[in-house]
Amino acid sequence: MTAQWSRALAMLPDRLAAHLGVSAAALALAIVVAVPLVLLMTARPRLRAAVLAAVGVIQTIPALALLALFYPLLLLLGGITRRLVGFGIPALGLLPSLLALALYALLPLVRGGSDGLASVAPETLDAADGIGMTRRQRLLRVELPLAAPIVMGGLRVAAVWTIGAATLATTVGQKSLGDLIFAGLQLEDWTLVTTGCIAAAALAIVVDLALAQAETGLTEGRPRRALLGLGLLVALVAGVIGWDASARPPASAAPAVVVGAKNFSEQYILAELIADRLRAEGIPATVRSGLGSAVAFRALAAGDIDVYVDYSGTLWDNVLHRSDAVPRAEMLATLRRELPARARVRVAASLGFENAYALAMRRRDATRLGIASLADLTARAGSLRLATDIEFQQRPEWAALQRVYGLKFKALTAYTPTLMVRALTGGDADVITAFSSDGRIAAEDLVLLTDPRGALPAYDALLLVGPHRPDLTARLAPLDGKVPVETMRAANWQVDRDTDKQTPEQAAKWLAAKAK
Amino acid sequence: MSRRLPGAQQTAKVNAMLDAPRLEYTDASVRRGGSLVLDRVSLSIPAGAFVALAGASGAGKTTLLRLANRLIAADAGIVRIDGADIAAGDPATLRRGIGYAIQGIGLFPHWTVGENIAAVPWLLGRDQAWRDRRVAALLDLVELPQDFAARRPAQLSGGQASRVGLARALAAEPKLLLLDEPFGALDPETRASLADKLVELHRAQGLTTVMVTHDLADALTRAERIVVLDAGRIVADATPAELVHSDHPAVRALVASPVDQARRIAELTQ
Repeated sequence: MTAQWSRALAMLPDRLAAHLGVSAAALALAIVVAVPLVLLMTARPRLRAAVLAAVGVIQTIPALALLALFYPLLLLLGGITRRLVGFGIPALGLLPSLLALALYALLPLVRGGSDGLASVAPETLDAADGIGMTRRQRLLRVELPLAAPIVMGGLRVAAVWTIGAATLATTVGQKSLGDLIFAGLQLEDWTLVTTGCIAAAALAIVVDLALAQAETGLTEGRPRRALLGLGLLVALVAGVIGWDASARPPASAAPAVVVGAKNFSEQYILAELIADRLRAEGIPATVRSGLGSAVAFRALAAGDIDVYVDYSGTLWDNVLHRSDAVPRAEMLATLRRELPARARVRVAASLGFENAYALAMRRRDATRLGIASLADLTARAGSLRLATDIEFQQRPEWAALQRVYGLKFKALTAYTPTLMVRALTGGDADVITAFSSDGRIAAEDLVLLTDPRGALPAYDALLLVGPHRPDLTARLAPLDGKVPVETMRAANWQVDRDTDKQTPEQAAKWLAAKAK
Repeated sequence: MSRRLPGAQQTAKVNAMLDAPRLEYTDASVRRGGSLVLDRVSLSIPAGAFVALAGASGAGKTTLLRLANRLIAADAGIVRIDGADIAAGDPATLRRGIGYAIQGIGLFPHWTVGENIAAVPWLLGRDQAWRDRRVAALLDLVELPQDFAARRPAQLSGGQASRVGLARALAAEPKLLLLDEPFGALDPETRASLADKLVELHRAQGLTTVMVTHDLADALTRAERIVVLDAGRIVADATPAELVHSDHPAVRALVASPVDQARRIAELTQ
């Protein structure tokens, strides 16, 4: 409990400051784009429908997808600029977050702005002209104050949306409150999730409140009230920056190694293990966790992260674009040869365990039915019920299993991973899909069925080092073979279990002691 | 100060009349789309006159009015005030020197009544004390209680709003007053009392007043001179007495209804 809270609170100031920063920058960028658009629409009403349709289409793209789309786009652009002008564009972190969030904020801003200006009565404008106001006076003294409730309404919606959507920036490697939420969801650490959500909600509420003050001040022509709103915003920013600065450890001179982690427990633990090991050798290291699976390798190749753990089967498919099943050793040898050639990425170590797809049964059932391998299952499958995770039935692994072993089950049901294990232990299923390093295998006394005909690809955990830090290869090589699957399962279980839950840092320390 | 003396008051009135400007249109044309809204209109309105612009809707009367403060620019021809071409200077400066009131009134809803009345003096950079005095005097002039200065336009009745609109038009002591159906949306009783008030102000302040109206009864009973437009041209320019005897078809069409109405009412009262 206390370890969880102190971990959550330790993460908070840094993430809150980054969250506020990226939200504010995105909103500012959106305003800079929206103002000329609104003025253009007001000057040329014919363009109004087209502009609104365009910003509306952006809104139909889910924020998560919009963020993910910018990553390959910026990589491509970065490749072009590197060739043309000699330097690239950072494709991970702030830039894609900024662009996606700003695009997302455009609709409420443009809509509010144009609807607001259109809401001013024509006779009011005629009177303003008729008594001799200049264009500027008319805009500032009449149009904007009268449009303010609608304009500010749009701004408030945009601000709240942006602060909410900024949690998703975590998936493209931008620090945000999403770090707490995503990590917490994966680790089933509700303290982290709650802290992240409350912080994001509080931020949104305070910003909305401040903008509401500004709105009242503008609409009712009470500049002091508007200044109060502005002051509240300034105080918020200053407070967050101050908190962050006071909580920040003294900066070190050398640039820190960035250790990447995808968004599940094992990745968090291994990232902490690697970071701890580097720090022990005097190399500053930070962890950037919650990376999307598709993003991680490209982030490494582009130098946005320096080291992370990926799995041979994933690299085989996603990087080498191969779908053939080859023996474990051959796959590893091919990757060791191909990855440096293709992306200047090196395999520093093969940790010693696999996180592969496998089928699992209750030990009691397996013993009773005499099933130890997938080949044994062929004859028995017709009387057994299979529970899978949601994506498994669409994956090539399932097709391979059916083809190689001729598996035909009595029933086939898809569950979320947590419920899948419950289905097995609760007796609603007899066989489940599992990941071979899952901590619950030992904890729930399950057996994994062996794969004598090699139908399932290997998923060896490989420690990968990016092109900018070749020196890390030698430093991390000693980890080769140091993490057997039983050890990884135990470490995963420490973090995943519901009672006496450990943080990934604590599990990493335990794992480090074992790996010596 | 000296205005309190009867003799001096008379003199002030005469001086005011002399201050009032002369408004002249020479061959003014306005084109909208492919057609002429005003077709080479020439009109001279002498200092201190109260002229009504009448005509069917679309005849060009509002356009003619708005040429005088450059809310519409002439495509051809010249508009002069006291002999000076108004196209020469800055339009905002020109408008601040001209009183302007319209049917929709267009009070600024986010400003108080007092701020609305003092809008033009504020634009002209008059100080707060001057503006407060002026607002008090104008509320008296348009017969509204002093505490109205703090109200918002939304709290006013139609008649009260029209009075405020008139006060705003007069706030910077203009000598030329342009009115576009200023009482168009009011009930007949309020309308009549405000029209009387307007005539009184016109005389007392020594103004040149041009008023657009589609209701000829207003024009016939209040204006010294009525200019009738039809399809962008002036078809009559006469005193009310002359106008009722005109034989121009457009003028007859306009005059027929109010004259007929007046006759019927007269018959009833006999």
